[in-house]
Amino acid sequence: MKQRRKVSIVAGACLVIFMAASAVMLHRIDELRPQAALEEVLYLSSPKVLKRASLGYDGLLADIYWTRAVQYFGGRHHAVAKSYNLLYPLLDITTHLDPQLVAAYQFGASFLAPAPPEGAGQPERAIQLMEYGIQNNPNDWKLYYDLGFVYYMNLKDYRKAADAFHRGSEVPNAHPFLRLLAAQMAEHSGEFDTARMMWSATYQSSQEQLIRQNALEHLRALRVDEDVTHLQEAVRRFGERTGRLPANMSELVSSERLPGIPLDPDGHAYRLTPEGRVEVRVPDDFPFATMGLPPGYKPQAKPHSQQ
Amino acid sequence: MPAIEILGLEKTYLVGFWRKRPKCALSPLRLTVEDGEIFGFLGPNGAGKTTTLKLLMGLVFPTSGSARLLGREWTDPEVKAQIGFLPEQPYFYDHLTAYELLNYYAQLSGVAAKERSRRVESTLQRVGLPDVKGVQLRKFSKGMLQRVGIAQAILHDPRLVFFDEPMSGLDPMGRREVRDLMEQLKHEGKTVFFSTHILSDAEALCDRVAIIHKGELRGIGAVADLTSSVQSKVEVIWRGSQVPASIKALGAECHVTGDTIRAIVDETQQDAAIDALRRERMHLIAITPVRTSLEAYFVEKLRRTETMAGTTV
Amino acid sequence: MKARVAHIASNTFREAVRDRVLYNLIAFAVLLSGAAILVGQISIDIEKLVVINLGLTAVSLFGIVIAIFIGIGLVSKEIDKRTLYTVLSRPVRRWEFIIGKFFGLAGTLVVNTFFMAIGVFSALFYVSHKFVRADALILVALYFIVLEFLIICSLALLFSSFSSPLLSAVFAFSLFVIGSFAEDLRGFAGMAHGFSRWLVTGAAYLVPNFSAFNVISSIAHQQPVAGQLIWHNTLYAFFYAAMALSAAVLIFEHRNLK
Repeated sequence: MKQRRKVSIVAGACLVIFMAASAVMLHRIDELRPQAALEEVLYLSSPKVLKRASLGYDGLLADIYWTRAVQYFGGRHHAVAKSYNLLYPLLDITTHLDPQLVAAYQFGASFLAPAPPEGAGQPERAIQLMEYGIQNNPNDWKLYYDLGFVYYMNLKDYRKAADAFHRGSEVPNAHPFLRLLAAQMAEHSGEFDTARMMWSATYQSSQEQLIRQNALEHLRALRVDEDVTHLQEAVRRFGERTGRLPANMSELVSSERLPGIPLDPDGHAYRLTPEGRVEVRVPDDFPFATMGLPPGYKPQAKPHSQQ
Repeated sequence: MPAIEILGLEKTYLVGFWRKRPKCALSPLRLTVEDGEIFGFLGPNGAGKTTTLKLLMGLVFPTSGSARLLGREWTDPEVKAQIGFLPEQPYFYDHLTAYELLNYYAQLSGVAAKERSRRVESTLQRVGLPDVKGVQLRKFSKGMLQRVGIAQAILHDPRLVFFDEPMSGLDPMGRREVRDLMEQLKHEGKTVFFSTHILSDAEALCDRVAIIHKGELRGIGAVADLTSSVQSKVEVIWRGSQVPASIKALGAECHVTGDTIRAIVDETQQDAAIDALRRERMHLIAITPVRTSLEAYFVEKLRRTETMAGTTV
Repeated sequence: MKARVAHIASNTFREAVRDRVLYNLIAFAVLLSGAAILVGQISIDIEKLVVINLGLTAVSLFGIVIAIFIGIGLVSKEIDKRTLYTVLSRPVRRWEFIIGKFFGLAGTLVVNTFFMAIGVFSALFYVSHKFVRADALILVALYFIVLEFLIICSLALLFSSFSSPLLSAVFAFSLFVIGSFAEDLRGFAGMAHGFSRWLVTGAAYLVPNFSAFNVISSIAHQQPVAGQLIWHNTLYAFFYAAMALSAAVLIFEHRNLK
């Protein structure tokens, strides 16, 4: 019996030690090759080949690639990357494997089109992806919406955007705002309200965490831009009336009879600099804001966090 | 020093789907086998013979108890170099030849390289397989496999040999050869422990036997002692054509053949029978003791313990 | 002690060879030659790519299948057929048996891979008529494949030490598939919350990480492999196999052999 116990103890100890050692080694290997598995997609000659090779398990494989795409993007985003060259191939493969995976098209629309660090900066690819999606899911109004969105937001091609919204509104069970947006495009393309409508629509039409978060941030930034525009306008009026700049925000508020000290979406008061600029207190909290930023401000931290 | 000392080895299995029901394969067994004897371990199928052997070989771990083989703990790996084991219905690596197999076993038993081929050849001769050099074991018959099994058990010249049903699969000639082999082993000073359910073999070979049934030891002792412990009978033969009433009164079994009558009576009634015959003026021809076989002892032991539940021998 | 392990290993090797395992090489050779010739005739400018991809994938898959099917038989078959009884009644320790079996099986696979490697290089020469420096990368890929085999062998042995042959095969094969997606599994773990996160992370680290060993496509495109990765992978394979074998030894040590 003694023998058995000795062997058991040694074997048990070895088991624990080697288990720990292999886990450590694995961690090191992961650090060495953070996206090696993903880079393989660059070497795949075509998604069609992969589909055939998947022997009927394309749905599962699509899910795996989809997950990789989301993680790839989320992970790089965390690090404020300069390029996302694998995003399109990953989404391309995913959608070829499972053409009905609508979430993948929506993801592409949100994150392929914008310029880095928010996205891959490939709006034409996004268009390509959306058209492929529409081809395979002609009755899904969300895809037309996303297509129009890319034209509007990233390519500033309001005519094509209107066209996309119009096509989408014809689809049975389309959300009513598509018709509205089609009309809006024609007349009021550049306005705050339109942009707000767009981002709200995006928020509503997607279930994907990252997309909704993105839309929310844009809405907040819109709020800031709008507020700052109006406040800056108020400062200008003050200047025309009094011939000088307001001493501080309270003076501006009382003299222009504003409803109260203006607060940004986070509840912090806007500042008024001695030079008459309206600024937001914590610029880092509003990554997409284009106004109310101190001069020479560059975004430091991640554009948005992955929860 | 006894060759084998079994000190209360016990094995209980937990059976059933949830492994909760205990099933006792072997009750605590106490048994000693002396050096140089041939010891028979008898019992019906499922009695616990193979379990005992597996426990001694360390293939199965006991629920409690221990054993000593050749004076050392039975789990001592070094003691295994002195032991040979033939399992029941052995089976070997299909694709090796007999020679390669025995060579492999010789390697594992620590036989020196120089010695190996000589030993293997001589053992193959000894078990009656001299001409099977290039033949793969897949092609062997059951009897040939049994011989190979015996060969691997004795190949390394062990002091103590365990055979589980060594005669199985052999024709009468083969069985004779194995019996002779076992006698030879005894002459060489080895101890042989073998289990079987064939009593005639045990009777012919063994110095002592033990009988096991349903996991419990029912009897142990020298063959001669055991057979004589059963109430023995005598056969009385006399000339006559009718059985006298006085003989019938003794409860004898009588057979009449022509003018000869044979009656079997208990030994204790021998004198009463002779007196009866003398009184009737019958011509006594012979009185012969009837040797009880081991089988009778065996059957009686088993039957007795069936009816007297809970009694130990 | 070492001698006994070596004897068990060489006996295992011999059994495997006699069991006509090496005949798989014939199937492999046929497959590869057929592919090489076909590709050479079609001449679509990626012959080399196809030969390398197909060749290495075949080496990997054939080997995994052999490893699983022989590996699972190693212990369970011996118990079933009772060949084990006569081995363990000798001065052989149970752990020596397991380790010896492992080396025997691993040795069989290495020899098998060696011959297959010759096949791959021959096919390569046939289609491209010369060797370039980058072709040495194929050796790295083959080395990684051998490391994969070591891990699979140890797992097959582990399952074989307590489970029936069929179940062992299922487990081993499942782990191979899951292990190929191990990186994704770790990704999933990163996205999970609370208790399930711990569970999935634990599983993700226990599963053999085959994705790191699969450099076939990148080598086909002549991407170099970091030296550090070679070293890390070697260590990982060694640690993982040692872990599985320790578990196998532990289980086998306490097993009652029916």
